[in-house]
Amino acid sequence: MNQQEALFEYTLRIADDSLILGHRVSEWCGHGPILEEDIALTNIALDLVGQATNLLDYAALVENNGRDADTLAFLRYDRDYRNTLLVEQQNGDFGMTIARQFFFDIFRRLFFEALQKSTDATLSAIAEKSLKETKYHVKHSSEWMIRLGDGTEESRQRVQEAVDTLWRYTGELFYTDEVDQLLLSAQIAVDLEALKAPWMSYVQEIFSEATLEIPAHNWQQGGGRKGIHSEHLGYLLAEMQYMQRAYPGMEW
Amino acid sequence: MSTNEWPLWEVFIRSKQGLSHKHVGSLRAADATMAIDNARDVYTRRSEGISIWVVESRLVAASDPKEADALFEPADTKVYRHPTFYDVPDGISHM
Repeated sequence: MNQQEALFEYTLRIADDSLILGHRVSEWCGHGPILEEDIALTNIALDLVGQATNLLDYAALVENNGRDADTLAFLRYDRDYRNTLLVEQQNGDFGMTIARQFFFDIFRRLFFEALQKSTDATLSAIAEKSLKETKYHVKHSSEWMIRLGDGTEESRQRVQEAVDTLWRYTGELFYTDEVDQLLLSAQIAVDLEALKAPWMSYVQEIFSEATLEIPAHNWQQGGGRKGIHSEHLGYLLAEMQYMQRAYPGMEW
Repeated sequence: MSTNEWPLWEVFIRSKQGLSHKHVGSLRAADATMAIDNARDVYTRRSEGISIWVVESRLVAASDPKEADALFEPADTKVYRHPTFYDVPDGISHM
């Protein structure tokens, strides 16, 4: 694998996380528990899709093989997506959505803070731009984790269940392989290993205020970064890609 | 299912060019932090502002519409109320 191929893979990983999570959160549109949260969630979805657009534009440029952001977004097969398993999990109830967002947002804030220092100018610029909205996402999910956890008996039970279900997907956020190694030596990539401790520390801080527990078992599931996805991605793509596949080349 | 509503909050936004916070609407939220976050999402989507104030609606004291007559009798006919007899020097803009 040469550097260009590695950079393409690397950018796809970041892009697909934003794309797939953006799509998931957009499923809340019109179904939010209250008006204000409906708008908050759809705003977050828009932010994520905006990030995906910038990142897929760049990925297409790096690949330099005739694809553009749209073809990458809507015409790949599930095994070609590089998102983590966490972001493709179903929305479930509000607690599940918030817990998923919480784990992801903290990771993303640390990740973008570090990516700003990348020697790749485009990735650095995208990181700087995305960091502002990410800080708000962190605030939003953290405040909700605290209120759901330290809320009623029901809210606490639901969000703890969500945490117990999603914990096994959090490890993959820090997955590294030869793609990262290659780009780390070029000082393009972020050292994900170094993000683990601050991530855990923040999670513990919020969990303590939210009276939530970190699951005792640390069994982790992965595969997304290599295109081996859970059963959910297929259904998600069927909806997301429907229009482009039914009406190839269609435009607004 | 509980039918208790979250308290209602009045939202005031100051725009980038503005000097004062303007009332833009209201929303329901459980506490002040959530009210500000919600106001940010609902009322500043399109760069409407750079500062948010939220006040619980129950804390706003308002004048009674029935007393409008007494409170707001127009001062048009009361020329002695208006400082119109001064010459404002050139160059003073905020008068």
